[in-house]
Amino acid sequence: MMDVLMQPWPWYVTGPLLGLMVPLLLFLGNKEFGVSSSLQHMCAATLPLKAGYFRYNWRDSAWNLVMMAGLILGAAIATIYLDGASAPALSEGGHALFASWGLEPVTELQPREIFALESIATPRALISLILGGFLVGFGARYANGCTSGHAIMGLSLLKPGSLVAVIGFFIGGLLVSHFVLPWVMTL
Amino acid sequence: MKHLKYLLIGVYFGIVLVKGEVISWFRIQEMFHFQSFHMYGVIGSAVVVGAISVALIRMFNLKTIAGEEIKLKGKPFNRIGNLVGGIIFGLGWAFSGACPGPLYALLGVGYWGVLLAIGGALLGTISYGYLKPHLPH
Repeated sequence: MMDVLMQPWPWYVTGPLLGLMVPLLLFLGNKEFGVSSSLQHMCAATLPLKAGYFRYNWRDSAWNLVMMAGLILGAAIATIYLDGASAPALSEGGHALFASWGLEPVTELQPREIFALESIATPRALISLILGGFLVGFGARYANGCTSGHAIMGLSLLKPGSLVAVIGFFIGGLLVSHFVLPWVMTL
Repeated sequence: MKHLKYLLIGVYFGIVLVKGEVISWFRIQEMFHFQSFHMYGVIGSAVVVGAISVALIRMFNLKTIAGEEIKLKGKPFNRIGNLVGGIIFGLGWAFSGACPGPLYALLGVGYWGVLLAIGGALLGTISYGYLKPHLPH
């Protein structure tokens, strides 16, 4: 049993377990699944921001911030006890792509060239992380949801706005991954 | 602590995201380059399980464990906000190889570079908060 847990989990295990977040939150707390609103709550809770967007009682959404704390803790548990940071089981095509970007061999979950502390002063890492993070935060709040709130919760509810948002996610992602990242990786 | 259950749900969420490799930058780029079915399978089967759960709740009018009526509102349809915001989000998803859940999870894994991305995401959120009244939705 432990052996199976230690291996990377295939999509047909991961996906259904991820989908269970929807009924878990509904049955246990009458809450709709979503992650990116936590960014707004953190700003509302800690910063003296004057925009109306941050003026509400964030404590009503404290459950969401507690869930994010659990998320960080769970990721740490998976890393320490379940070999979570090992290299992903990429496809041959994936390996060829990453070889062309100068990232092979893939030896762990993330490219150290971007995510390791010793790499963050490189243009490649700064663009990926700071610009990437900024667009994720701005876009998720503009779209009123991210991959969890729109793609999983919203599509589960068959909401048309969520479908539009998910189509947008892929339009943006395809553009950058195909036309911009190959250049960023040369920096 | 009344929020303990959310802490535990979060722990579960974190373990699934990490072991399913959903937080891997490599997996996200592989998805955008159509080189693997993995992420499509993950998202697709998650939606199937979520949608079946929602359908069962509606069909049998199921209640929460506290006996409350389950609220299934979803998000309003904002034609421009959903599409333009979604595209901007997608640009960032590919640049960073992470959506918001993985941003937190990567902190737990110990990739400290992700702090820059979280800082960026908070700046993006603040910028949106101030620009919101001037943006079409």
